[in-house]
Amino acid sequence: MSTLTLALRDSATMVRRQLKRLLRYPSMTVQLVVTPVIILVLFVYVFGGTLGAGLGGGRDVYVDYVVPGILLMAAATAATGTAVMVATDMTEGIIARFRTMRISRASVLTGHVVGSVIQQLLGMAVVIGVALAIGFRPNATPVEWLAATGLLTLLVVAVTWLAVALGMKSPTPEAASNAPMPLVFLPFLGSGFVPTDSMPAVLRWFAEYQPFTPIMETVRGLLLGTPIGNSAAIATAWCTGIATASYLWAKHTFDKA
Amino acid sequence: MTDLAIAANGLRKSYRDKDGDKVVLDGIDLAVPEGTIFSLLGPNGAGKTTTVQILSTLIRADGGQVQIAGYDLNRQADDVRGMIGVTGQYSAVDKLLTGEENLLLMADLKHLPKRTGRQKAKELLERFDLVDAAGRPAATYSGGMQRRLDLAMTLVGDPRLIFLDEPTTGLDPRSRRTMWGIVRELVAGGVTIFLTTQYLEEADELADRIALLDHGRLIAEGTAEELKRLIPGGHVLLKFADPGRLDAARLVLGLGTPDPEALTLQVPSDGSVRVIRQVLAVLDEHSIEIDEMSMHTPDLDDVFLTLTGQNGDQDKEPVR
Ligand SMILES: Nc1ncnc2c1ncn2[C@@H]1O[C@H](COP(=O)(O)OP(=O)(O)O)[C@@H](O)[C@H]1O
Ligand SMILES: [Mg+2]
Repeated sequence: MSTLTLALRDSATMVRRQLKRLLRYPSMTVQLVVTPVIILVLFVYVFGGTLGAGLGGGRDVYVDYVVPGILLMAAATAATGTAVMVATDMTEGIIARFRTMRISRASVLTGHVVGSVIQQLLGMAVVIGVALAIGFRPNATPVEWLAATGLLTLLVVAVTWLAVALGMKSPTPEAASNAPMPLVFLPFLGSGFVPTDSMPAVLRWFAEYQPFTPIMETVRGLLLGTPIGNSAAIATAWCTGIATASYLWAKHTFDKA
Repeated sequence: MTDLAIAANGLRKSYRDKDGDKVVLDGIDLAVPEGTIFSLLGPNGAGKTTTVQILSTLIRADGGQVQIAGYDLNRQADDVRGMIGVTGQYSAVDKLLTGEENLLLMADLKHLPKRTGRQKAKELLERFDLVDAAGRPAATYSGGMQRRLDLAMTLVGDPRLIFLDEPTTGLDPRSRRTMWGIVRELVAGGVTIFLTTQYLEEADELADRIALLDHGRLIAEGTAEELKRLIPGGHVLLKFADPGRLDAARLVLGLGTPDPEALTLQVPSDGSVRVIRQVLAVLDEHSIEIDEMSMHTPDLDDVFLTLTGQNGDQDKEPVR
């Protein structure tokens, strides 16, 4: 068998390992889904009326506006979970065992990434389901849904590789839970919950140039028909860049340790 | 030239910490022939785990050459990994998976066909007495069970060279005997075993050759018999009722160190029945009555005391 076949086979084995672990201990997954759902409900029912009025409508307008931000926040929250899981796993003897075996080294990390991506996409589906139930009314065509799913998957892959790298760099699982924290705030410091033109100048400048804003704008455009402009290209570039850099960082860290 | 499973020359490793470089391995040479048990014997902190970690490709040495089954450890690490199995000092099982899932995971990573993998897992569960626990997560296993699962996982894929880092530390005497039995079976099947231990008894029981490691240096190497000859610690202690008998005993035996205060005579012995019978026979023949008799067999402390002039156990507080 060629090196590539073996690498794929080892990665598939590691993905199975990770899915088994996630299925056996579903509390983490449940928490990943519940947190964004609570934020969604909170923002829609508590702040939605006022914030919707600012957008020139009511609560129904705000539901539509906030969903992309919630989806990115879900990804960021999940990154925390992934980082903790990786940091914990690295302290386990089983990883040392893997290192003494003739297997593809990246497969250990790929297992974590694919497991987390599947977990997060399922979580996002639940968030969208709840959003639909409380008044989210997208007007997207199947192709637009597909494009939005594609971009969100790319985002999740990028954030997850970053989380894996951060998890591996963390000396303890506790440190790992703090490392991806800034990501959770990015939707707030962007166009996730309110439009950026309502912000003071410095914050607005940050909001417009940080990676989450073009992603949220693109998802919003695809699902609700707002203008996208060059956001899609910028969003794709950010995701690809973060994913590639984080992958290399994570792999380097794993090989060196 | 006989084939060597492990050939190491001038192995060095140091760690940097706050007070500069700390030398952990200071030029270790090893030669382990195929199909034998080699034991690295040493107290806590001697560098045993570090040696195993280097030989099993887990960490890199700072210097020295190593060949494992003819492969260069640095340049052909993947070939080395294909040959070896490692059971480290600390549990290396996936605690969230069941015993059976752990074994099947190993079978998949060894690229065994599905059927062969399942067959092998079943076989190992039976051999290691884990059938009843096969469906439970490894986190629920006792220490002894986790050790057995750990070793079972190492055996998936039939490695030719197996590293066992303190495989019986913390086990009860019965589990220890079970582990010894397993090790003997493996060697009978032609496998080479590199075993570290803190117990002289264990090395004596299992190993063809023993190397004594202390502060990162090998201070002695040889068969158990050869090493025991270096240790004068073994003796029979005879206690007499009065100085007259003590002197008489010393005279007829022609050896031993008398202690007139305690009225004892310390006679060197390798612990064999033959020597004791001889001593008793000679004393009996001359009608010299013994008050008390006790045996002292050498242990790891004696070895280190003799060879390094200091106590081998790093954990013990110095006596004040
Ligand atoms: N990663 C590390 N960083 C710094 N010092 C270490 C590290 N690993 C081991 N040591 C030190 O090296 C010495 C030998 O350790 P080790 O090989 O674990 O000994 P043993 O297994 O014989 O008990 C110890 O003093 C230990 O503190
Ligand atoms: Mg050790």
